[in-house]
Amino acid sequence: MPLAPPSGNPLLTPGPADKIICTQTISSVEPFCARACLLFAQPTRLDEALDLAARIRPLVLAGGTDLMVGASADLGPGPVLDISRIGELKGIAVADDSIVIGGGTTWSELVAAELPHGFDGLKAAALEVGSIQIQNRGTIAGNLCNASPAADGVPPLLTLDGELEIQSAGTRRRVAVAEFITGNRKTLLQPGELVTAIRIPRQLAEGRSSFLKLGSRRYLVISIVSVAALLVPDRSNKVIEARVAVGACSAVAQRLPQLEAALVGRVLDASLVDAVKTEHVAGLAPIDDVRGSAGYRKDAARQLVREALLAAVEGRAGGIA
Amino acid sequence: MKPEPAPIRFKLNGQQISTDAPAGRRLSHALRENLGQRGVKVGCDAGDCGACTVLLNGAPVCACLTALGQVNGAAVETIEGLGDPLAEKLKQSFHRHGAAQCGICTPGMLVSATALLRRNATPSEDEVEQALGGVLCRCTGYRKIIDAVCDVNRSEAPETSAKAGQAVGARLARLDGVRKLDGSEIFGADDWPEDALVLRCIRSPHAHAWFALGDVAAWQAAHPGVVRVVTADDVPGRNLFGTIGPFIDQPVFARGITRFKGEAVAAVILEPENAWQFDLKSFPVTWEELSPLLGIAEATDPKATPLHETRAGNILTTGLVQRGDAAGAMADSDVTVEGAYETGFVEHAYIEPEAGFARRVGDRIEIQACTQSPYLDRDEMAAILGIAPEDVRIIPTAVGGGFGSKLDLSVQPFIGVAAWVLNRPVRMVYSRSESMMSTTKRHPARIRMKVGASKDGRIRAIEFHGDFNTGAYASWGPTVANRVPVHASGPYFVPNYRATSRAIHTHLVPAGAFRGFGVPQSAVAQEQLYDELAEKLGLDPLEFRLKNALSADQPTVCGQVLGGGLGFKSCLEALAPHWRRARAEAEAFNKANSGRYRRGAGIAGMWYGCGNTSLPNPSTMRMGLKPDGRIALYQGAVDIGQGSNTVVTQISADALGAPIERFDLLSADTDQTPDCGKTSASRQTFVTGKAAFLAGRKLRQEILRIANAGEDARLSFGDGVIVVEEQGRRQELALKRLPVDARGYVLQVEETFDPPTSPLDANGQGAPYAVYGSGAHIAEIEVDTDLGIVRVLKMTCAHDVGRAVNPTLIEGQIEGGVAQGLGMALMEEFFPGRGENLHDYLIPTIGDMPPVESILIEEESPVGPFGAKGIGEQALIPTAPAILNGIYHATGIRLRRIPAIPDRVRAALLARKETRHG
Repeated sequence: MPLAPPSGNPLLTPGPADKIICTQTISSVEPFCARACLLFAQPTRLDEALDLAARIRPLVLAGGTDLMVGASADLGPGPVLDISRIGELKGIAVADDSIVIGGGTTWSELVAAELPHGFDGLKAAALEVGSIQIQNRGTIAGNLCNASPAADGVPPLLTLDGELEIQSAGTRRRVAVAEFITGNRKTLLQPGELVTAIRIPRQLAEGRSSFLKLGSRRYLVISIVSVAALLVPDRSNKVIEARVAVGACSAVAQRLPQLEAALVGRVLDASLVDAVKTEHVAGLAPIDDVRGSAGYRKDAARQLVREALLAAVEGRAGGIA
Repeated sequence: MKPEPAPIRFKLNGQQISTDAPAGRRLSHALRENLGQRGVKVGCDAGDCGACTVLLNGAPVCACLTALGQVNGAAVETIEGLGDPLAEKLKQSFHRHGAAQCGICTPGMLVSATALLRRNATPSEDEVEQALGGVLCRCTGYRKIIDAVCDVNRSEAPETSAKAGQAVGARLARLDGVRKLDGSEIFGADDWPEDALVLRCIRSPHAHAWFALGDVAAWQAAHPGVVRVVTADDVPGRNLFGTIGPFIDQPVFARGITRFKGEAVAAVILEPENAWQFDLKSFPVTWEELSPLLGIAEATDPKATPLHETRAGNILTTGLVQRGDAAGAMADSDVTVEGAYETGFVEHAYIEPEAGFARRVGDRIEIQACTQSPYLDRDEMAAILGIAPEDVRIIPTAVGGGFGSKLDLSVQPFIGVAAWVLNRPVRMVYSRSESMMSTTKRHPARIRMKVGASKDGRIRAIEFHGDFNTGAYASWGPTVANRVPVHASGPYFVPNYRATSRAIHTHLVPAGAFRGFGVPQSAVAQEQLYDELAEKLGLDPLEFRLKNALSADQPTVCGQVLGGGLGFKSCLEALAPHWRRARAEAEAFNKANSGRYRRGAGIAGMWYGCGNTSLPNPSTMRMGLKPDGRIALYQGAVDIGQGSNTVVTQISADALGAPIERFDLLSADTDQTPDCGKTSASRQTFVTGKAAFLAGRKLRQEILRIANAGEDARLSFGDGVIVVEEQGRRQELALKRLPVDARGYVLQVEETFDPPTSPLDANGQGAPYAVYGSGAHIAEIEVDTDLGIVRVLKMTCAHDVGRAVNPTLIEGQIEGGVAQGLGMALMEEFFPGRGENLHDYLIPTIGDMPPVESILIEEESPVGPFGAKGIGEQALIPTAPAILNGIYHATGIRLRRIPAIPDRVRAALLARKETRHG
């Protein structure tokens, strides 16, 4: 297979000629290796990556912050497709109707980007993902693909009506974030597919947003509960769109549609928190674990929802609760 | 066309390099194993600790979560490459502030801070916390790290020398500090012979199981790369290890039955290539899971089968201290309070997993590993190998945090047996989960305590019982059971006292030594009850403590009259203005803010006996005067980050009367240094320090004798010469003219110190310790009553240290102790079998630590060197109860089950609301 010459950021230019690094360990991968070897492919173009993904069914490596956790000294066994050098997956594009976050965008890149206030919540979440070390490598798309119930990126992306662009060799589809994650560590992503972008509708991006995370310590903490809120007012300061999503309180983060309905039409001010009722969080199904009991999670979720709404009203992005 | 394997090329610390290591390899592993960058530390392989932080194109990343292939063409900087002026200034600032203790997190801290400083030359505290939030430190409590980064621009050299006679009391920078800052320090995993094989253990996946090994020979034959499998049958000597003679009970390799999840049943020794990635799943062993005893109640049920035949009722040991008539005095008390308390397993969570290597040298074995107790290791290894203790050489590496758990053997028996039978060097590095599942923990405790007082506010009686879940094997369970009844009164005068304890076996990971040996657990009960008692009596908590504080002429609960050197009252008095301010500020805040956030201030006291309880624990110190006028100091006390290398040298210097820079340290090595005992029980400054004091004095006398000079003569150490001056008379001792002994010394002295104690009688009466350290902490806290989150805003800590040999290092111990106490109070609980990692098991991060104000009280001990006492364990004990008392002040809730995680705090708040309204 012909491989394109390296391109892009000179600092990130791969070594000479090939980007398929073949090393002598376990696993046999045809047709790329004559001998038993572990394949580590590092394409710089999306079409190459999709071609490889279709043919070799690799482990897909982006930032590595989840994938590497379970690994031994070496990633694998099996072929690895490193998608962190693909130019098309980089960057955040602002279009008239939407804002498109490249599938390879890291949390740090998101934080550094100039984006409308609808992204304040997502940025606040970005700053609470693990640590700076994690934010510098981990990608937003990877957070979705990993599909942890406590993933910090999911509630804000739910409030933004985020949509994933998914491609494989020859196919392309769009799936809403809400549909993409189907369970604890389960997604609709098929073998051979890559998440190439996350698309946010422009209208919501102009709203006010916030994110709050509850954990037992300040940094490097997995959420006990996380909440994202997004409110879009009209010219008379009445809420015309409301989105509230809760993470870590069910196998998949959930929006609270009844609450959202109750918020629409109200004046966007601190009194919004009065709309929050216990029954709005009744649909959450948290578990008991070392971080907290189910009962506590529900109780805290209700508190955090109020807080997140208040933060959004007051133009605070939030952060750790 | 089939592409050929291509080497990975990148810029490592400014140099273009290329490597054939696999592209999918963890960058951390490749840097350490293939590229010689062993300053990159590995603490978790999961991005949870940040020790492996490197800069990738200038940005901090976890090398453990980055694949080697991903840095192809990029620039990577490790601690070894941080040589620019900014990084050098930062290292100096770390050195000056004592920001590195054990040093295992230091590379990650320095690398992360360098990235921050390159974009922000004058960061605020908040910005520093943000930048370093991803690096865990278990020693320092982070405050000195924050100070060091914020203070980077002040170009002041660290204090590294002291004039003769002025070392004790000086804020000297750690003598072994520089190598902790440039990545050159050697920890357990950082050194191995080129040809070392790699050992990995097969461990029980069940808490309790029968097991049978299959056809191991066939399995080995089918797996090239497997050099040998070692099991119980291969242990040449005693297939048991432990820490206390009569209780040695833990198999090196289990035989037929396992008693906790993580117990080793076999070791696989592998050729180094692919050893770490070798999949052990196919190892031939079959398990039959048995029903385990997991809790104290189940284990002590009369129907329960004992884990060990000789220990009926699963009781390992019991403890008792009684004095006066506790029951009678309790009945006569005007006011009583009582409560039941519960604490969980606490993990030491040092950032360095256990590691080391062993090699056979003729008929001797050499083991280089991280340890707190080289001579204990030596004797245990001799028994395991069936050889003489003299034929075992233990070379301790730097220890990347110990806190008690590295008193026990970990990797040593495995690599020792393997190297012995194979006659090839063998190394082992525990994974984080292996370390957490198999090494000792703090004992979970169930405590019932009752305290009675008379109307005038004086304690009349205490009744105490503590059950400690000691896990499957003895480890230091007996020590915990013995220590707690001696300490459970705290440093207060208690005329009538009865305290009992039991250490109980369960099918869980052994609980052993952890900073405080059970006393932090009992202090949670004791100091909360004293607050309740004070309230009932209508006394201020501090006033109550002052009223009851033990004085040096009153007997302890063991009947010991210390006679002097007990500064608890002074600590409380020093805290009084802080206490009034803290209480008033909290109350003013609560008055002004009626809502969600409530503030409070709590106080708690503590004491802790330095050294072993009524048992000999001598240290021996050797000093040699060299012909060039330098002094060799055989510093056999293992420095686990607490600073004994520095403190013992400071004491030696002033005892001898030589400037500190004249000393050459020989570090612990059982072939070289005499036994300085274990680094435990807050004994090194006191016991080894005293041996060093005696050795220094003796050497001084020897020099004076040669010079025929009197006690008061002044010594000046020059090159090859000592000048002795006395009443205007000046003489020069030309050392090169004097004969040298076998070690090459002109003079050599060796002195031993063993603290004067006496055995405890059947009622626990006697003199268990020669010296007690005491102190008290004030915690200022804020409770988010909506969410149950507790934040500590400030800690004020007064400690009687006898004599502050090195105030910077003592502050470091206090701040680090506070961090561990804060963790114990608010977030730390280990659940065996679940969460054997550092993202489920949480320890405080840099953002969780409040400012700490340390107040050092110097009530000189008549026994300690220059009056000094221990501080290591003392610093942790009062933190948790002070925080819990603060929570009560803020909210009126009493937490008897810790940690006070948000869930528990919120539940208690809701329950209180219900009782109020319901």
